[in-house]
Amino acid sequence: MAIEVRIPTILRSHTGGAKTVEGSGDTLGALIDDLDGQYGGLKGRLVTDEGALHRFVNVYVNDEDVRFTGALDTALEDGDSVTVLPAVAGG
Amino acid sequence: MLRIDRATYDAIVAHARRDHPDEACGVVAGPAGSDRAERFVPMQNAARSPTFYEFDSADLLALYRDMDDRDEEPVVVYHSHTATEAYPSRTDISYAGEPGAHYVLVSTRHQDEVEFRSYRIVDGTVSEEAVTVVPST
Repeated sequence: MAIEVRIPTILRSHTGGAKTVEGSGDTLGALIDDLDGQYGGLKGRLVTDEGALHRFVNVYVNDEDVRFTGALDTALEDGDSVTVLPAVAGG
Repeated sequence: MLRIDRATYDAIVAHARRDHPDEACGVVAGPAGSDRAERFVPMQNAARSPTFYEFDSADLLALYRDMDDRDEEPVVVYHSHTATEAYPSRTDISYAGEPGAHYVLVSTRHQDEVEFRSYRIVDGTVSEEAVTVVPST
């Protein structure tokens, strides 16, 4: 199952500079584990030690923010595209 | 150093004044790799707060898609502080996710004085840089 994942500039140090990578998994959490096996350290930039998505990143499956679709439990299907963006926020 | 044209500089300041007492935010996009701040894109502060700003997540996705289609990147990411100096807060530093961007801070705490400063924020380290305003073309 191939899922295309767009990686933001700030995380491309983990993907050898690649803007787009491919992974597999039937949930977002499984996909991130798969990607972390290929690109060490990526998971730590996306998921907290407590196992939740970092608030510093926004993750979309197709066009939906996964915060509204079950976060790491969001189901994935072959051909879905995942986009990771840095949240733009501050105080 | 940030080079920015007068019209864009004025537009950022005007946006900050208009949204005061809430924080204003936006980007100036430019061709990828050019470091040219060319396309002013004011954004809505989804937090509508005097002490916090955030791009709405759908707006954020639309913005990055649009920049991608145009082969652009965010050259400037700006926001305002409404009661404090134009210096990145701890929250600003923790969120700063564009190591190639100029982070512009505008303070609207004084009505008759413009505070417009620019920083690089990389791996949690803030370095202030000079701002050069050039005539608009």
